[in-house]
Amino acid sequence: MTLTVSQPKPVSFAAGVVAAFGAFFGLFIGTSQGSGLIGILGGAILMGALAFAAVTFLRDQEKLAKWGFFVLFIAVGYLLSGIPGGVMGALMGYFFGHITFWLASGRYRMSVPPYATPGQVLWHYAFRTIAGAILVFLITPILVVMPLSFNAENFFTFTPEMLNFDPAGYSLRHYRDFFTNSDWQQALWNSVRIAPVATLLSVSFGTLAAIGLSQPHVPFRQTIMAILISPMIVPLIISAAGMYFFYSRIGLQGTYLGVVLAHAALGIPFVIITVTATLVGFDRSLVRAAANMGANPLTTFFRIQMPLILPGVISGALFAFITSFDEVVVVLFVGSAGQKTLPWQMFIGLREQISPTILAVATILVVVSIALLTTVEMLRRRSERMRGISQS
Amino acid sequence: MSDTTQTGPIDMGSSAGNGKGDKPGPMLAADGRPLKRSLNRALRRQKLRALALIAPLLIFVLLTFIAPIADMLFRSVENDIVSNTLPSTTEALEGWDHTTGEAPSEAVFEDFYFDLFLASEAKEHTKLGTRLNYEKTGVSSMFRSTGRGLDDIGDDYLDQLEVIDKRWGDGAFWYALMSGTGTPAPEVVKARRKVLTRMSGDVLTGDVGFAPSNAIATLLPTTVRAYSDFAVYTALVDGKDVAKRDPWESVYVGLILDLNKADVSGYTGPEADALKAVKAALPEIKQVSLQSFFQSEDKDWVDPSVWATIQTYSPKYTSGYFLNAIDMQLTPDGIQMRPENEQIYIMLFKRTLFMSMMIMGSCILLGYPVAWLLANLPSKSANLLMILVLLPFWTSLLVRTSAWKVMLQQQGVINDVLVWLGLVSDGDRLVMINNQFGTIVAMTHILLPFMILPLYSVMQTIPPTYLRAAKSLGATNWTAFWRVYFPQSIPGIGAGSILVFILSIGYYITPEIVGGTTGTFISNRIAYHISSSLNWGLGAALGAILLACVLILYWAYDRIVGIDNVKLG
Repeated sequence: MTLTVSQPKPVSFAAGVVAAFGAFFGLFIGTSQGSGLIGILGGAILMGALAFAAVTFLRDQEKLAKWGFFVLFIAVGYLLSGIPGGVMGALMGYFFGHITFWLASGRYRMSVPPYATPGQVLWHYAFRTIAGAILVFLITPILVVMPLSFNAENFFTFTPEMLNFDPAGYSLRHYRDFFTNSDWQQALWNSVRIAPVATLLSVSFGTLAAIGLSQPHVPFRQTIMAILISPMIVPLIISAAGMYFFYSRIGLQGTYLGVVLAHAALGIPFVIITVTATLVGFDRSLVRAAANMGANPLTTFFRIQMPLILPGVISGALFAFITSFDEVVVVLFVGSAGQKTLPWQMFIGLREQISPTILAVATILVVVSIALLTTVEMLRRRSERMRGISQS
Repeated sequence: MSDTTQTGPIDMGSSAGNGKGDKPGPMLAADGRPLKRSLNRALRRQKLRALALIAPLLIFVLLTFIAPIADMLFRSVENDIVSNTLPSTTEALEGWDHTTGEAPSEAVFEDFYFDLFLASEAKEHTKLGTRLNYEKTGVSSMFRSTGRGLDDIGDDYLDQLEVIDKRWGDGAFWYALMSGTGTPAPEVVKARRKVLTRMSGDVLTGDVGFAPSNAIATLLPTTVRAYSDFAVYTALVDGKDVAKRDPWESVYVGLILDLNKADVSGYTGPEADALKAVKAALPEIKQVSLQSFFQSEDKDWVDPSVWATIQTYSPKYTSGYFLNAIDMQLTPDGIQMRPENEQIYIMLFKRTLFMSMMIMGSCILLGYPVAWLLANLPSKSANLLMILVLLPFWTSLLVRTSAWKVMLQQQGVINDVLVWLGLVSDGDRLVMINNQFGTIVAMTHILLPFMILPLYSVMQTIPPTYLRAAKSLGATNWTAFWRVYFPQSIPGIGAGSILVFILSIGYYITPEIVGGTTGTFISNRIAYHISSSLNWGLGAALGAILLACVLILYWAYDRIVGIDNVKLG
């Protein structure tokens, strides 16, 4: 149990820190209007005074004061630059209202030990800000793609109409293009035709081999494992080059079968890894018990072992599916125009004819991958629950 | 506990009961076999069963993945195109010494003429020209232009032969002359058939429908060889009847060359009179030496350095591609560095290493704080933040790359924001794409989850009490972190770094899209050689070097982390 104390802080402290934030935001507004220095000073004085007034007069009516901040900022923002300004104002009003009382009431010390020095508290929050910024870096590209895919124009950037939240600035034309353009539809169809077959191949071979590998006595286990994992380690360009040479020697280059085989090989390491991980927690005495009661090996496998390792198998299959569905280097070399998959079409689009349809496709793919991620996570939890590892 | 040992105690009891006072015999299993053997048998069966389960996948991976890699490694040293296309020439060249500074003898040019004639009919000579052009610029055009002019000398001879006897231009006459009578010598045709198979790489099926007689094959060896080439190609590739077709021009050249040496007075086969007539008229026929013929086609054919290049690259295996891949070159005088202005691969390897290091470094810098935060937050909020890390991990690579293209380009989101804020004027927007910066930023973003996940799993195992203990013993924040926490997190950094490095060193797609010309990796060059310049050997050699680097890193990863410990998601 950690002991936390929160006691109200003097007005000067809250007003001072808020003034610093005001200076920070003032800098940006100042530079965009022409003078950074005036922005800093104006922001600091304005926000400091506002925070000082709010804390002095409304310390006990926190809710009212926060709403006041919120409404005031929206109004100012809207008057200055219309709807976008209003949205910015809403965000800033919420931020400043929240932070003023968070500081003044001393709640900011709740998550640090009571003995922490002010410097440590400052570092604590600075560190979180840095980590937050990195997480934003991770997620922003995806967040930027989504709204841009609704762009009414053929641009890769936000138009003034979009920033004004003008409905005319948004449209579904790129989605319509994706669903009506024969190139994209052919690519989608190819992807849908290749990925499941490749997944099926790698899952059926991979699961068998994973069961074999998890037996107690396997000769050359390390070597076999290294060979089976190697498609994941060898750079894709080398796999692609090798497959291109070899498959053209045996007449598989440019055929559907060639692409499926190549993708199956690339998906195998993922199946092996996930299924062996599931088998680590598998109680082998269950198999023996089943055999003891007269079940033949096939029945034992399908009735006892398979249901228990199914979550691992499915998440391995999802990995294999994503690998094939997302793969572009190998298919570029091994495939021919007849096997043009969705990533291939996107690759061409990015290199040659820049079209925002790519962004629409990207958004659809992000949604699909979120769905898959959720599935895998749920399966993992279920698997842990079934094996009794879960702590909850 | 293994089930087979369950029988042990029972046997022990029975044998102890039976053999009271005797020396105890070997322990027996339930079926009366010695227990040791029975156990061994069970173990062997278990091993076999495990292998039988693994075998299908192992064979599958070996066939679809390992064999292609092996094939690529083989391509990087394979060099049989020279000896396959010019088999007799390379043999004849063996005795020639390039240091004399003289062109090879007329005999070499004779062999070269007939080799090249067959190659140009089979359209293989341009491939050879392209191959040799990698080593010596200009050879490609020599082969191409000379290939077109090979007929001329034969046509000249035919005109003069037809003056002596009209029948020399007739296919059936030639067929009768070449077939002769008496014991046939099919081995000449068989040998030429093998040469053509090797040269074209196609499987030739069917019957040639021609065999020279032993007598004519010994009398006119060069003519018979040229005619056999013609017969094999006409019958097996064109699918025509040899007897009805006019022979190639090289056959006339062969005839003149043979008649200069041969004594036809004793020959009695078909059309012997025509042969004798030509032999008699030989002094009146205007003859050209093949050396001067080639010289007239392209004066570089008498340049000994061209022949030295052919000689240097005539062995079936060569280190030439590997030497090219490290900016060296196999010359007739040994291994040398390439000229300064042609050295690019060492620079590309260095750049690949440098950029991979930069990407690895920025991944450590960005990944460490996030992993720390994830490991030290209560599990509920950590799980929520984990989604933010996993979402990009699960998003299509091309989606993320296209997102970076949208963000970084000059009319892109980041530049727009900077201009709006007034930090950058509209006139000089930052160039953040199609250079090293773009590649490093985009790839850091793409590979960051691969750093965070191993770091996180290591940091989770470090008890937070250690830090508190260090602080309560008087360490400052920094000392406590640097001396206590950081050393324990090094395995995570190591695992993540190797993973990121391995992945980045062979990256292709992202540098291709956002790298421009200065931000590309060695893998882009490999792709270029395979799909555009078609110098497959060099591409394979570059790939082999890259593969070796990755395998060393993989081995290190295996030693440090263990491949069994690779976790996903």
